[in-house]
Amino acid sequence: MTDLKRRNLIATLGSAPFAVPLLAQAQALDSNPKFKQISSRERIRQRYFPNLVLTAHDGRELKFYDDLVKDKIVIFNMFYAKCEGICSPITRNLVRLQNILGDRVGKDIFMYSFTLKPKEDTVAAMKHYAHMHKVKPGWLFLTGSVDDMETVRRKLGYVDPDPEVDKDKSNHIGVIKYGNEPLERWGGCPGMQSPEWIAETLSWVDWPKDSAKTKVTSAKAKANGGGK
Amino acid sequence: MAYISKRNRRKEQEKQTAANNRRELIAAGFKRRDLLKMGLLTSAGMLIPKKGLSARPLNSMGAFDDDEPNSPNTTPFQELMPRLPVLAPVASLTPAPTIAPNTAAGEARTVAHQAFAQFPPQRFYEMSEQAGTVLMAPAGELPPQTIWGFNGITPGPLIVERYGNLGSPGNGSILLRLRNNLPADNGGFGLPSVTEHLHNGHTPLESDGFPCFFMERGQFYDHHYPNVYAGINSTHPGTGDIKEAMHTLWYHDHRIDHTAENTYKGLAGAYILFNEFDTGNENTGFRLPSFGDGQNPLTSFDIYMVINDKVFDNQTGLLKFDLFNTDGILGDKFLVNGKIQPVLHVSPRRYRFRWLNTGPSRFYQMFVLGPNNSTKSFWQISTDGNLLERPVQVNSSRFSVAERVDVIVDFTNDAGKTFFLENRLEQEDGRGPTGDVLGAGQGDKILKIIVDGPVVADNSVNPATIPPGTYFYGFPNTTDPVRITRTFRFERGNGQWQINGQLVGGCNAAPRFAIKRNTIEKWVFQNNSGGWQHPIHMHFEEFQTLSINGNAPSGTGLITRGRKDVFRLEHNMEAKVYLRIRDFVGRFPLHCHNVVHEDHAMMLLGIINDVGDNKTQP
Repeated sequence: MTDLKRRNLIATLGSAPFAVPLLAQAQALDSNPKFKQISSRERIRQRYFPNLVLTAHDGRELKFYDDLVKDKIVIFNMFYAKCEGICSPITRNLVRLQNILGDRVGKDIFMYSFTLKPKEDTVAAMKHYAHMHKVKPGWLFLTGSVDDMETVRRKLGYVDPDPEVDKDKSNHIGVIKYGNEPLERWGGCPGMQSPEWIAETLSWVDWPKDSAKTKVTSAKAKANGGGK
Repeated sequence: MAYISKRNRRKEQEKQTAANNRRELIAAGFKRRDLLKMGLLTSAGMLIPKKGLSARPLNSMGAFDDDEPNSPNTTPFQELMPRLPVLAPVASLTPAPTIAPNTAAGEARTVAHQAFAQFPPQRFYEMSEQAGTVLMAPAGELPPQTIWGFNGITPGPLIVERYGNLGSPGNGSILLRLRNNLPADNGGFGLPSVTEHLHNGHTPLESDGFPCFFMERGQFYDHHYPNVYAGINSTHPGTGDIKEAMHTLWYHDHRIDHTAENTYKGLAGAYILFNEFDTGNENTGFRLPSFGDGQNPLTSFDIYMVINDKVFDNQTGLLKFDLFNTDGILGDKFLVNGKIQPVLHVSPRRYRFRWLNTGPSRFYQMFVLGPNNSTKSFWQISTDGNLLERPVQVNSSRFSVAERVDVIVDFTNDAGKTFFLENRLEQEDGRGPTGDVLGAGQGDKILKIIVDGPVVADNSVNPATIPPGTYFYGFPNTTDPVRITRTFRFERGNGQWQINGQLVGGCNAAPRFAIKRNTIEKWVFQNNSGGWQHPIHMHFEEFQTLSINGNAPSGTGLITRGRKDVFRLEHNMEAKVYLRIRDFVGRFPLHCHNVVHEDHAMMLLGIINDVGDNKTQP
């Protein structure tokens, strides 16, 4: 579990006066003006989350960063509705994950499935796919222009360095990426991992324990323990 | 699925064009330094833009996905290569270590120490995993970097310990207490939940750094390292098998799914074991160059070099980690002991260098480049910190992530000369090296070595004069009966990593297989891919290679005969290895040590117990 214990928080705040001379020292050492002072969170946004307008299976148009990622815990995967191999098992696995995560999905945790075949996956096709798999609110299937979806795929690292392998869309299906955007904690895991274990891995990027937001892990996943 | 990747004709063309461009520019009178200044040439000697620097392949538009793949320029060979500070023991620990986990006091350990009563710790160490601020390049060229390190430095302090002398094995026993004082704010990457692995100690497994034994912020974890030879409680009771001695080890974070970012952020350090043969004193035992105090250049000739490659954000100048990469991450800046392309001054005599590659994903073939692009031969004395039968003269040593190579380089007749450690192994992405070895002077120069130190006595053994036969310990036999042969197939499917077609399974899954304690197993490692290579790491005990693609390993060049804890599984390779698993029980991982692959499920979690199982394809 990631936990920011209250006493650690106090310790961190208590050390704040020291932060100023440290910073001054750092700036003195870094006299080179060629570097910009940009927060790491902002650099992550710039690198990975272009604010493209995507269309969800409920017909809404949403901005990739502003509407989908910012301030949220997110789970990403790639899909296409007519995928015959591994897509359906992974979608079914993620449905089980959604059930484990309960009402936090749609509140502070959001699930996004990006299409690899935007020409085929119209809003209607995605809506049908979501309905067929009994997907609940808080999980969106997303499409967009061919170029934009290609950008999203590549930004999120669903890429194979071998161009021939990269062309086969089924090679981008197996992995889930997840993260806590404001906490800047990101990770990935196989989509076919047990949903209880995926929930456990999500707990590693969860909000601090004493935060107003609730914990990711269900009682069930918790009972399975962390390898102890 | 098998992925056979062919060398891409367009890539070849680009590479040729880049080489031609470089020659033209140099012919036009631009010096290397000018090109560096103009930002046209990286310090690695490649024209920008040039593939092989990026953590990512080019996209279909011919651009990098992450649009700024190249680090800001830094001037190579300005700063001295730091010698690793040696960690001092502490008189006692508070609270005192306990056999059962001291949960009430905040210990994260969940399993009782199994060998504490047999080998009570004789010395105590304590380190804090915490953030620190360091300069990796000459001041002003890159801003101060916030790293995570053991005691706030990277590499962490060097632990120098000794095996107990034969007959009193418990004298080497130590206890290392680690505290997790990492910040909640990770500055862009890193998970402040950790576990520490002593790679590849013969360590009771509750102290080994199992990937699922997390230490959270504010907690501590006691690691008991008996520092005994394998066989101590089995094949060689009371002494252990001297042929299982290990001398060059390292420690690093092993947090499941987050090892790559945590080690890249700095959580790695070095560990040396001496004994009455490899003594650290060149006047005794094997007479290998003296360690001295590890600091004084006039008395310390045994130098640990922690090598890694990193990328820096060219807008902020800060260390950059590609969060969504699953293939492997390559840096375009090469660091030795925490500094980018530093300088080492040596005296005209013999040195022992201990090379460690902490990754994340690059393989090296290290040469010693001399004046006029000459190649200086040297003596390789170990594989993964295990002494060979005798020193072997080589022109280069190849090592992938986590492998170690100890070498003796003889500068006796080189006063006034300058050399470089040069990596000539071509690698363009995280899949592994292409297999091509570049020409002298065409590779990445990692360290400049100037032979301008004072003349000092050299009582170390001259490997050239060692008579034929075994000089060190020799290897354990590989002919005792094997209990079971198991096959492990390392492959990629649907963009994720698998072993025998299965995912890592998670910490809450049952162990994938069980090894019966004090038995011998034969393992077959298979890689059906022509595109990927994998450094396969087994914890706890080492193995010896029986065959590679059906042939007995050769003793030349890229040495494969020695005891190993990492097997470099190259393209389309099948290898058979032999290992004894002795003395202790508990959970262990078997995994790829390309730490990006490791974090994406190229791992399986097993157990050593007194029952074992008969799964031939776990």
